[in-house]
Amino acid sequence: MVKYIENIGRYFIMLSQVFRKPQKKKIFTRTFWREIDDLVLSSFGIVAFISFFVGGVVVIQMALNLENPLIPRTLIGYATRESLVLEFSPTLISIILAGKVGSYITSSIGAMRVTEQIDALAVMGVNSLNHLVLPKIIATVLLYPFLIIFSMFLGIIGGYVAGNLTGLVSSQDFIDGIHKYVVNFHFYYALIKTAVFAFVIATIPAFYGYYVKGGSLEVGRASTKAVVWTSVVIILLNYILTQLLLS
Amino acid sequence: MIVVEDIHKSFGEQHVLKGITTTFEKGKTNLIIGQSGSGKTVFLKCLLGLLIPEEGTISFDGRKTHELDKNGQRQLRSEIGMVFQGSALFDSMTVEENVKFPLEMFTDKTEEEILERVNFVLNRVNLAGANDKYPSEISGGMAKRVAIARAIVNKPKYLFCDEPNSGLDPKTATVIDNLIHEITVEYDITTVINSHDMNSVMEIGDKIVFLKLGDKAWEGSKDTIFTTENEAIVDFVYSSNLFKKVREAQRKGL
Repeated sequence: MVKYIENIGRYFIMLSQVFRKPQKKKIFTRTFWREIDDLVLSSFGIVAFISFFVGGVVVIQMALNLENPLIPRTLIGYATRESLVLEFSPTLISIILAGKVGSYITSSIGAMRVTEQIDALAVMGVNSLNHLVLPKIIATVLLYPFLIIFSMFLGIIGGYVAGNLTGLVSSQDFIDGIHKYVVNFHFYYALIKTAVFAFVIATIPAFYGYYVKGGSLEVGRASTKAVVWTSVVIILLNYILTQLLLS
Repeated sequence: MIVVEDIHKSFGEQHVLKGITTTFEKGKTNLIIGQSGSGKTVFLKCLLGLLIPEEGTISFDGRKTHELDKNGQRQLRSEIGMVFQGSALFDSMTVEENVKFPLEMFTDKTEEEILERVNFVLNRVNLAGANDKYPSEISGGMAKRVAIARAIVNKPKYLFCDEPNSGLDPKTATVIDNLIHEITVEYDITTVINSHDMNSVMEIGDKIVFLKLGDKAWEGSKDTIFTTENEAIVDFVYSSNLFKKVREAQRKGL
């Protein structure tokens, strides 16, 4: 228990070092663009693939469970949109990104730690936390919301295609359902959640990578721990944010 | 010149440095030698400011490290070059980008000036033409030379090297030793090398500080190390059969 409290304290101390003015704007900008490539652009493929097929599965399951003639078929489109916007895209895609991006962040920073690259930065007088972590935070917090909008869009397309291919819901019913009872705040809620989760995805794995001790085996262990704790924190924050923003 | 006065460092119950006092002079290669576990690395980390000693003072040309404010610390760090045991090159950057990094971070030089300086130091360490290679594409000896180039690119006043020969064959190790020595004399900098390589001691040991269990057991130079009667250093230096034979031959006047 004491160790967990100690780690939480170290995490916030780490953040206090991260949020400093970058020492050289030119280097920060270059690192920031590289992080966009590594953390955001490289994730579009997997996000597109998962979102499209999950959207399809949601429609098929929804259609099979709403066979009652008293329930309008447009409900399938409506329920698909709500599931994707409220939960699947912001939360589940964030958990998938915690695995993909989180393990990358921990292992890359951890490898720098065990090969003394972080010590080299410290000896030069570089604030290594600011140099390594701040560009990751900014890249993810600013751009993951766009990734999630893309996921929502492709999920709905996937649902539309699956509905058509299986003949479980007509195009018109699905499109009508998608346009029904639109609550704009649900989109804002999803994007707020995403920004918070993006912060978690960038910082918790960075924490585990930065403070790793030992060799490559420990870097691997730190990577696993980082993914587990990032997912746990995302789930807990999902509950808290839902309670705060929707209830 | 670096002056170290009575520094102590402990980790929990373990007293690793037990009051070391010494001086490292400008324009000379100063070696810290000793067995594994003697406190060499902790001593070097204290000099670099990566560890803070509990007692004692370290002065860089009169500037006591514990009295420096943030600007002073930043200034001092910009005057330090470091060659790590494993080279510690940034593996996502090319050789050129590695050497460029300190200049881009700490100077306002133009791109042309930076490139000119980078090519000059790469040429100085005999690595002209290796600019676009990644650390994973070069040998251990080349990586050490890149690390030296990165350490000297910003014209440091102090150069620290942690076991610069580890993992290198004797011939390449001698090349690295001589390169460090030449740079020390050429740029008139204070160089401190952490080593347990007796060949380095013989090649470039202008000053040698011998540590044993956290204490300074002996200090001298490469000219006096083989004639001293200090038991601790004799025991360390003549631990190999080759050097035992050398000592025997010396005693017989051969």
